Amino acid sequence: MAKVPKPEELSKIDYKPSKKRWMDTPVEFKEGMFCHGTRAKYLETVGFPNPREWSSKDEDWKLPENWKEIVLEAIKERLGKYRSFRLFMDICVRCGACADKCQFFLGTGDPRNMPVLRAELMRSVYRRYFTAPGKIMGRLAGGRELTYDVLKEWWYYFYQCSECRRCSVFCPYGIDQAEITMIGREILNLLGLNTDWIAGPVANCYAKGNHLGLEPHTIKSNIEFMLDDIETITGIRIEPTFNRKGAEILFVTPSGDLFGDPGTYTCMGYLMLFHELGLDYTWSTYASEGGNFGFFTSMEMAKRLNAKIYAEAKRLGVKWILGGECGHMWRVINQYMDTWNGPADFLEVPVSPITGSRFDNARATRMVHVAEFTADLIKQGKLKLDPTRNDHLKVTFHDSCNTARGMGIFEEPRYIIKNVCNHFYEMPEDTIREKTFCCGSGAGLNAGENMELRMRGGFPRANAVNYVHQRYGVNMLANICAIDRAALPTLMDYWVPGVKVTGVHELVANALVMKGEKERTQDLRLEPLPGKEGAENV
Amino acid sequence: MGALFSFVAVILLILLAYVGVEVAGMQPIFGIVIPYAAVLTFIAGVIYRVIKWGRSPIPFHIPTTCGQQKSLPWIKQNKLENPSSSTGVIGRMALEVFLFRSLFRLSKSELRDGRLAYGSDKWLWLAGMAFHWSFLIVLLRHIRFFATPVPSYLNLLESLDGFLQVGVPRLFMTGIILLLAVTYLLLRRFYIPQVRYISLTSDYIPLFLIMAVASTGILMRYFFKVDIVGVKELTMGLVSFNPTIPKGIGVIFYIHIFLISILFAYFPFSKLVHMGGVFLSPTRNLANNSRMVRHINPWNYPVKFHSYEEYEEEFRKKMKDAGIPVEKE
Repeated sequence: MAKVPKPEELSKIDYKPSKKRWMDTPVEFKEGMFCHGTRAKYLETVGFPNPREWSSKDEDWKLPENWKEIVLEAIKERLGKYRSFRLFMDICVRCGACADKCQFFLGTGDPRNMPVLRAELMRSVYRRYFTAPGKIMGRLAGGRELTYDVLKEWWYYFYQCSECRRCSVFCPYGIDQAEITMIGREILNLLGLNTDWIAGPVANCYAKGNHLGLEPHTIKSNIEFMLDDIETITGIRIEPTFNRKGAEILFVTPSGDLFGDPGTYTCMGYLMLFHELGLDYTWSTYASEGGNFGFFTSMEMAKRLNAKIYAEAKRLGVKWILGGECGHMWRVINQYMDTWNGPADFLEVPVSPITGSRFDNARATRMVHVAEFTADLIKQGKLKLDPTRNDHLKVTFHDSCNTARGMGIFEEPRYIIKNVCNHFYEMPEDTIREKTFCCGSGAGLNAGENMELRMRGGFPRANAVNYVHQRYGVNMLANICAIDRAALPTLMDYWVPGVKVTGVHELVANALVMKGEKERTQDLRLEPLPGKEGAENV
Repeated sequence: MGALFSFVAVILLILLAYVGVEVAGMQPIFGIVIPYAAVLTFIAGVIYRVIKWGRSPIPFHIPTTCGQQKSLPWIKQNKLENPSSSTGVIGRMALEVFLFRSLFRLSKSELRDGRLAYGSDKWLWLAGMAFHWSFLIVLLRHIRFFATPVPSYLNLLESLDGFLQVGVPRLFMTGIILLLAVTYLLLRRFYIPQVRYISLTSDYIPLFLIMAVASTGILMRYFFKVDIVGVKELTMGLVSFNPTIPKGIGVIFYIHIFLISILFAYFPFSKLVHMGGVFLSPTRNLANNSRMVRHINPWNYPVKFHSYEEYEEEFRKKMKDAGIPVEKE
C-alpha cells in the first residue's frame, strides 16, 4: 500500500489550474491515486475480452492491435444506444457550474477531476471522430486524436470518478458524468482494462453469488457467529433460514454486511428485527449479493449479476423481495432491475405482513427497501423501542450518493434514526440529501493501493462530519450503504478520529426491546450500554 | 488563444460585410442570399440534430432525484424535485427551462485552513437568466420587422421594455442587459481560472458573435441611424418571399444581418444546441417511477448468467453438510 501523506499535508490543495492547456499537459500516474490492473483469471471467469497479466504501471498495457478501432466502434455503438450519451456529448456549454461540485476535484485540485473536464476527455475524441467541425478543423473545434496516452488518461480518470451524480444536480442540462464514466469504463473493459478491485468481486459474484466469494456454508457460519453474539447480548437464540422454498419474503443485502464490522452489526440488526417480527423470510446463498460491481464494469455485466435476484425469488416461490441497506444496489434496483430482468410478474405487490401497508411505490419491481419497511413499522407502532440505549451516541446521517440522487430516500432513514436515537444532528445543508458528498470510495474505488485518492475524495464528506463533530460532539456516522460501512471507518480514522460508523439497522436493533430478552447491558458491538458500564454480563 | 481567434474571426466577419456592401456593392448577397441560406441551414440543421438525438433511445430510467421520493403515504414527496408523475415532470422541466432551477443551486466552495466552506453563488444564475431572457425579448421585438401590421402585443412588450422613457428613440433595457450579461459571461471565462482552463474556441465564438450582434443593433438604433422604412421593406420582402433591396439602408444594417445569419447557421453545429437538448435530457425529463412502472429498453437482450443449477452442482456437498436445502439430493 502506498504511503498516504498526513492530513495536514493532504488538506493543502491548490485549485488553480496550470497555465498550460490541458490537452498539452501529459497525465502523470501518481502512486496512491490508482488501482492495480485486473488479473486475467477474473476476466476469464466472466468471459471478458483480452484477459492477460499486466500492470497499470507498465508502459505496455498489452492491448489488442486494433484497439483504436474497437474503441471508436464502441463509441459509435453507444451513441446510437444511449440518448444520454449522445446528448451529453453535444450540449455541454462548459459553464463551469459543476467544476467544484466533485469531491475528487475538491480533494485533489486536479483540473481533470472537474466533471466538465472529465467529460471533455471523452468529448474531445467524440468531436474529432464523430462531428463535422471536429473532423475538418480538429483541435480548433475542440477535437483530439485518440492515442495510447488518451486511453491511459481515460483509465486513470474514469477510475477517479465514483459515479456519484453530484455534478448532475448542478448542471443546467442535467449532464450526468456518471453516464459518461460508466460508458467510458464499459469501453475500457472491451480492451480488458478493468481494475483488480472491481473485476475480482465481479468474478466472485458471478461464480459464487457474492462479491466476497463467500461459499454457501461460509455464509451460514458467518451468520451463526452473529447469532452467538446476539444470544450473548439478548439471551435470545435466533434461527434464520437459508434457501427456503415457500417463504413469503426473500431478503437480499450486500455481502459486505456478512463480513467485517461494522457491516456485520447492521446484519445483526436485520436478524434481530426480523426475528422479533416473526417475519416469514429467507436468506439466499445463491443470490447473496445485493450490491453489483458489474455496474462499475458494463451494463451487460451488471445485468448478468442482477439477474440472480429475480431468478432466485422465482425458484423459491416467495411473494416479494426485501432489500438491505446499500447504495448502488438501490440505484440498480430502482432504475435498472425491472428493465433488465423484469417483469417480476411471478411476484406479488409487496404488502407488509406486520402492518398490512401496501408498498405501491414498488408495485412493478416488487422489491422494498428495508428503511421503507422499518419506517412503516415504527409509524404503525409495531416496534417497542428504547432510544436511551443509544444515548451514548451522537449521530449524524450520511446520505449515500446513489440512494440520494438515484432514488431519493431521504426521510425514511432519518425518521428511523430519530425514533431510535435521542441525539441526531444534521451536517451542513450543502453536504447532505441531494447535495451529499461521496465517501470517496464508491463505484469500486475502495481498494487499498489507491488510499490517497480515497482520502482525498472523501475529504469534503469528512470535513462536514468534522463540523458536527466539533460543534455537537457527534461520534457516530450513520448511513444506509455497505461501501460506506467499509470505507468510512478508514476515512474517519484519517480525518476525524473519534467518529465511528454504523448502519441504520444497528441503531434500530440496539433500541429494539425484544420479547423475552434479558436485561441488556451491551450494545451490538459488545460494548457497555450507557449506565451499564461495569455491569456484569451474565 | 481561443478567445483571440474568436475575436479576430468576428472582426473579420464584420469587415467582410463592410467591404462586401460598401466596396463591392453586394447588398443582394448580404441582404437576401446569405439570410435565406442561414435560415435554411438553421432549420435543416436543428431538425437533423433533434432527429439524431431522438433516434438514440432511452434504455434506462435515469432521472437525477433531487428531493424525497414517493414512498409511504405519510412521507411528503417532493413532487417537483423528484417527480413520479408527468405533471411533476412538466413542473420540473418548466422550472429548469424558464428559471434555470439547477443553476440556482449553485454554491461556491472555499478552502480555509484545511476546512471547506460553501457559500451561495448566484452570479452565473443571474447572468444566465438576464442573458437568455433579454435575448428572447430582443428576438420577439424583432417580429415587428416581419409583420404588417405590427401585432398589438409587441407594442405592449415594447412599452414594458422601454418603460424608463429615456432617449429618442426610446431606450430598450433588454438590449443593454443583453450586452452587459454577455460581457459578464465573457469576462468570467477570462478571470475564473477553472472556467478559463476548460474554455474552448467554440465557447468564445458565440459570445463574441452575440456581442457583435447586440452592439451593431444598439449602434444602429441609437447612433448610426439607418433608413428604417427601407429595412422593413427588405425584411418584409424576405418573409413574403419577394425579396428586394431598397436603396440607402446604411451598411451597419448589413453587418448586423450578416452576423445574425452567421449565428443562425452556426447554431446547429455548436454547443448552442443546448437550447433544444435541455428538453431531452433523461436525467431531468423522466419521472422517478421505475419501481412502479416497468420501463422498456428497446435493445434489451438476454444475457448469460450463472444459474442456480450450476451453482448447486458446484456446491451441493458443502450445502448439504451445512444443512442448506438443495434441489437434487
